[in-house]
Amino acid sequence: MPSLEEGLYDLGRLDRLAYGGTAVHRLDPRAKVITTLVFLVCVVSFGKYEVVAMLPFVLYPVVMAAEAALPLGFLLRKLVAVAPFAVLVGIFNPLLDREAVFQLGTFAVSGGWVSFVSILTRFFLTTIAALVLIATTSFSGVCVGLERMGVPDVLVTQLLFLYRYIFVLGEETMRMARARALRSFGGKGMGLSVYGQILGHLLLRTYARATRIYRAMLSRGFDGRVRVLRALDFTLRDAVHVFGWCAAFVVFRLYNVPVLLGRLVTGLIS
Amino acid sequence: MSHHSINVSDVGFAYPDGTVALDGVSFDVGHGESIALVGANGAGKSTLLMHLTGFLMPTRGSVRVGDAPVTKGTLSDLRKTVGMVFQDPDDQLFMPSVREDVAFGPMNLGLPAEDIDGRVRAALERVNAAHLADRPPYRLSGGEKRAVAIATVLAMSPSILIMDEPSSALDPYARRKLIELLGTFEHTKIVATHDLDLALDLCERTIVMRSGTITADGPTREIFADEELLAASRLEKPFRMQTCPVCGSASR
Repeated sequence: MPSLEEGLYDLGRLDRLAYGGTAVHRLDPRAKVITTLVFLVCVVSFGKYEVVAMLPFVLYPVVMAAEAALPLGFLLRKLVAVAPFAVLVGIFNPLLDREAVFQLGTFAVSGGWVSFVSILTRFFLTTIAALVLIATTSFSGVCVGLERMGVPDVLVTQLLFLYRYIFVLGEETMRMARARALRSFGGKGMGLSVYGQILGHLLLRTYARATRIYRAMLSRGFDGRVRVLRALDFTLRDAVHVFGWCAAFVVFRLYNVPVLLGRLVTGLIS
Repeated sequence: MSHHSINVSDVGFAYPDGTVALDGVSFDVGHGESIALVGANGAGKSTLLMHLTGFLMPTRGSVRVGDAPVTKGTLSDLRKTVGMVFQDPDDQLFMPSVREDVAFGPMNLGLPAEDIDGRVRAALERVNAAHLADRPPYRLSGGEKRAVAIATVLAMSPSILIMDEPSSALDPYARRKLIELLGTFEHTKIVATHDLDLALDLCERTIVMRSGTITADGPTREIFADEELLAASRLEKPFRMQTCPVCGSASR
């Protein structure tokens, strides 16, 4: 289990990646958000036993990460960190669904194992696509993109504030945890009840801070609407990005590309 | 009365739980004056600042800023006139980037886009933070955060600047820079602080508070020379007015 400090640090690192200046970084956030959405819908709409047909989708995150010069090792480590959730979701499939669907040599592979692998593949594809989106657009960039696409203001503001203060709150929590650790001498301190106190205290501090932030906003003329200063420019390049990739996704979704390729190759050989 | 003046007369305020925070506070601030507000923790400094910005309304007496009394109806005008720099810059910098944060105020004023751009640039240059424009606020150092927080207020072009502990948690260099910067401002200033050396540098007039009342109001040097008053207000002479621990002489 990664500690809170590491988590915050990694979040910060993901955020810093978004300051790159590659062609992918310069794309309009809306283009990347739309493309990622279409990608997600295509991937999750596959049938429950589908694995092979999903493989071509890996092209999108790989190409994007390569063009944006993202450190793939870092992204993969992040994937592994959240993988237990996906494993937990799928782990019972092999036990519940024991009907053999195909033979692999002398082994009969059950439907449960196939759907388990299918879940893991989906998890891998969707999570890495989301990570690539954030690492090339930044969280606030995504928020601005969402706002311009008509997502309600209230929701976008909430997201922006959540992200802004996650660092402040995380550090505050860390300081309290350290203060507890320093006086509990490696033991449990006073046990679970102390954590209850810490949580309650954090809630109160958060409330006080929220009041101060709100006052700071009011004193600069806040009237209920957060206006974001950021000119977005949806150019031809962005349109090409969206349409090119979306067309590819639709083709990948409708035709089983690896099987077609296999047939083509075996046809050429024979 | 000028835009830049403040008039506080016999203001009293009690928090809902009955704690009396202000008890008959009166003073006038003229155009361009620079005032230090000093006193022990809990003397009522922050509560008083909250009245000058209209976040709290007096239970007794009245506050006038510029030509108008502070009431619910005049709040939006008041906030254009009075710029407040909060104690914790993390409370004040809430937008995803420095540029957007500085633009927040001017955008709420409804200015056209070109004007906003100019104001943001000018405000950031004023505090020597132009190179930070695209950084997210949570990645700045304490001194940088403070500078940007001041820029967010300057971008609104207020006539009166109110600051709560501007030099707290700054390293000596950042503090020195801040004092130099504040010295160049021609705004009417009210600075609540425990940093009496800063008060000595920046403010010709000092108001001393104790338990919700004003115990002294006069020229900074005279007030800081009154050891009895300082002791009663839980304050100490600024270091520069104390005798040198090595040679025993007073610096000035």
